[in-house]
Amino acid sequence: MIGLILISIGLLGILVAAVGADYISPVLTGLGGTAVFTAGALLYIWQSRRQKSPAEQNHGLWQKEATSRGASAWVIGFVLTGFYVLLYWFPNTLQGLIQAMEPLSQWLRNRPSDQWFLYGTFYTLAVLIMGVFALLKYRSSRYHIIRTISVMFFQLGFAFLLPGLLLMLNKPEYYFSYFWPLKYDYLFPGTVDYLVRDGAALGVFMVFWGAVFSFLATPVLTYFYGKRWYCSWVCGCGGLAETAGDPYRHLSDKSRKAWRWEVAIIYPILGFVILTTLFLWINSWSEGRLLGDLSGGFASTYGFFIGAMFSGVVGVGFYPLMGNRVWCRFGCPMAAYLGLLQKHFSRFRISTNGGQCISCGNCSTYCEMGIDVRWYAQQGEPIIRASCVGCGICAHVCPRGVLKLENGPREDRYAGSPLIKRDELRILS
Amino acid sequence: MEKINSQEHLVIIGNGIAGVTLAQRVRQGSDCRITMVSAESRLHFSRTALMYVYMGHMRLQDIVPYADWYWQEQKIELVHDFVERVDISQKKLMLRQGDPLHYDKLVLATGSSATYYNWPGQTLQGVQGLVSLQDLELMETNTAGIAQAVIVGGGLIGVEMAEMLRSRGIAVTMLIRDKLYWHNVLPQQEAQLVTDHIQHHGIELLLQEELQEILGDTSGKVRAIRTRNGKELPCQFVGITTGVKPTVEFLKDAGIDIDRGILVNEFFETSQPEVYALSDCAQFRNPAPGQPTMEQLWYTGRLHAEALAFTLLGDRKPYQRGPWFNSAKFFDIEYQTYGTVPAHFTEQHESLYWQNEEATKAIRLLYEKVTARLLGINLLGIRYRHDLCHHWLGQGYTLHEVMQELPAVNFDPEFFQRYEEALLRQYYTRFPDQQPPVKHTNWWELRKRFGLFSDSASC
Repeated sequence: MIGLILISIGLLGILVAAVGADYISPVLTGLGGTAVFTAGALLYIWQSRRQKSPAEQNHGLWQKEATSRGASAWVIGFVLTGFYVLLYWFPNTLQGLIQAMEPLSQWLRNRPSDQWFLYGTFYTLAVLIMGVFALLKYRSSRYHIIRTISVMFFQLGFAFLLPGLLLMLNKPEYYFSYFWPLKYDYLFPGTVDYLVRDGAALGVFMVFWGAVFSFLATPVLTYFYGKRWYCSWVCGCGGLAETAGDPYRHLSDKSRKAWRWEVAIIYPILGFVILTTLFLWINSWSEGRLLGDLSGGFASTYGFFIGAMFSGVVGVGFYPLMGNRVWCRFGCPMAAYLGLLQKHFSRFRISTNGGQCISCGNCSTYCEMGIDVRWYAQQGEPIIRASCVGCGICAHVCPRGVLKLENGPREDRYAGSPLIKRDELRILS
Repeated sequence: MEKINSQEHLVIIGNGIAGVTLAQRVRQGSDCRITMVSAESRLHFSRTALMYVYMGHMRLQDIVPYADWYWQEQKIELVHDFVERVDISQKKLMLRQGDPLHYDKLVLATGSSATYYNWPGQTLQGVQGLVSLQDLELMETNTAGIAQAVIVGGGLIGVEMAEMLRSRGIAVTMLIRDKLYWHNVLPQQEAQLVTDHIQHHGIELLLQEELQEILGDTSGKVRAIRTRNGKELPCQFVGITTGVKPTVEFLKDAGIDIDRGILVNEFFETSQPEVYALSDCAQFRNPAPGQPTMEQLWYTGRLHAEALAFTLLGDRKPYQRGPWFNSAKFFDIEYQTYGTVPAHFTEQHESLYWQNEEATKAIRLLYEKVTARLLGINLLGIRYRHDLCHHWLGQGYTLHEVMQELPAVNFDPEFFQRYEEALLRQYYTRFPDQQPPVKHTNWWELRKRFGLFSDSASC
């Protein structure tokens, strides 16, 4: 109860900062409100999660309206979506909140706060607060404890503190945990040019780092560990999905139709970003003679529809309605790239334990990527799917311990258990 | 036995795991017409998952493993109707709603329902078992707004029901005939561990206690039960989980030999030609020595169906189950068993047993004292690889051979603490002459060496 009171006071403070900046210092109400909200949320999470044993954590998820597309889920969805619309296209309306973050911005970055700093602060707080939620919810599993700490660490350190520190030192702002093609402009000629010119030796290192990760480290790491090393251990989008989005993971659509949409959207987006990058480079080398404004148009179209609309507004705004990995599943070009590597050039798979599956469906239900895990498990087959982000929750919720994420030899990677007869039928033909 | 031909009509009564597996396996090898009839639900669902619907982990549609498109594409017809009776001479099923259904081959996979032992008051409102979809719906109604429940029987369904009721904050008391929970299956130490864990979850266990009668109020609802020892417990719900009995009533006059279940041979053939029965509703006339006459598990339902499918497809094979296995979950503790570990040991038995200090994890390797041959494995809170355990038991491994491959058997998630060391220490203390393995065995090597995988893969 104290936790809920603190949450309410904190929200009121943030509201006052947003609308009442003329009457009372938004720093006091906004920053103070955020601090009180954080304390209240942590207290509430601690109390409500501790009293549930590991097997009780999903009790009532499909019965509570907040987690089953009830009225409050729609409200949260609309509020989140609206926040992204304001953030991307009407940042001036958030002036009060932006001012509220001023002292924090000055302290960390030695420069004025802006809407992206506000966003980064809220985002990081969401990952950290709900990271504690995930740590408590999955406390019986060391895999999930380590993985959750990893996403919290990368969000706080690599996506919040380090970019701020770089700005303080008058260096280019750079996120060492994001790579092309997710952070598509990191390999655009404009960004490369700016980094090298503005950041000097450090800028060259940044470009080098980005290129090495995109083209060398990503295939190598994915070969050994699958896509998960990035999507559910490092990535900020994945970090938010695995923490703040965890209560919504069961809302992903498992139907065959959804899988068809997924394939039809995500690979064209990867193609789109590759083409855009190529055009930009051709344009840059030919100094605009070959393609004219075409490449610039490509880049701004991609930025608007994919970068802002899809990854932000739909990707996070629709958490309470479509699940927490809408962007990762349908939109992210990095996920598409990692997925192709995982499917065809990786040692990773989720093994099924002999003939132990009872087809209960917990694995499929709690798969945030909408994979029908049960389809494979009940036939004693390993699960090897391009979209699998390796979060490991299927293995955690399985009441018979049938699934195990593991890296093994590529030889006979698809072979199933001899203890069960199976269908020679594919879901997508 | 001739293979079922493409003109023939295979009708299966029941769409549980046995009926569905049979339809799938026959379809793989034949173009014959296949119809599945079920009164319970139009689509097959996972019976073992009913508890998760009640607890709000899943919705009813989430426990349906195959969507509509699957049955259409597989050309397996689904009839949602009740079979009133079977006319063997005309090869016809009389349905409650639809027209009579003609069959060429009939498979009875009708399952089972809760067993009642003629307790006074057993028909009061609020008394029920948990087997079918309708039982789940009834349980929703029967438990709405109540405070106390009693569960009769200390088996797997009983503890599932307890977990379900606890999820709604209902106080639960279980009446258990044995000295410990499930002690007719689990040895003393495992049974003690699980008993403690169940109690730790707020379930009251009345051990060595049985149901005498159920007491009702004036409106015909349960108000209390009385135990054998005369204790009266107020409650508004009584869960009956004392086992299941085959669903065979509609076959009374069909002319098929029935004892408790439908009598079958090792090919699942009943006393009538072209009529087969399997899984929960079937009873073996002559089970292999030491084997039960009835096997009423999810896993055996599937195994029966796989065996019968061979026969229907013209490859007449007797049913041979192979090493036993089963699994369950008691609140937070998973249970796996491979091979045979009896509840009570004789002087021929010897075992390595380890459990952690918190009493949440345990491993038992049971072996024959004289030959050291591995007999069975019990696991609590730890997962082993089914394929490898099956191989050990099937190949007649001795404990010494098992210990050489022990590091490869663990199936726990990455980063989990491993407990094989503790077991190995115990082993080397007991067998000081045995040498530690020359090299650390790895699952992937063993899998390859023993060919522990199927060559077919569909994904």
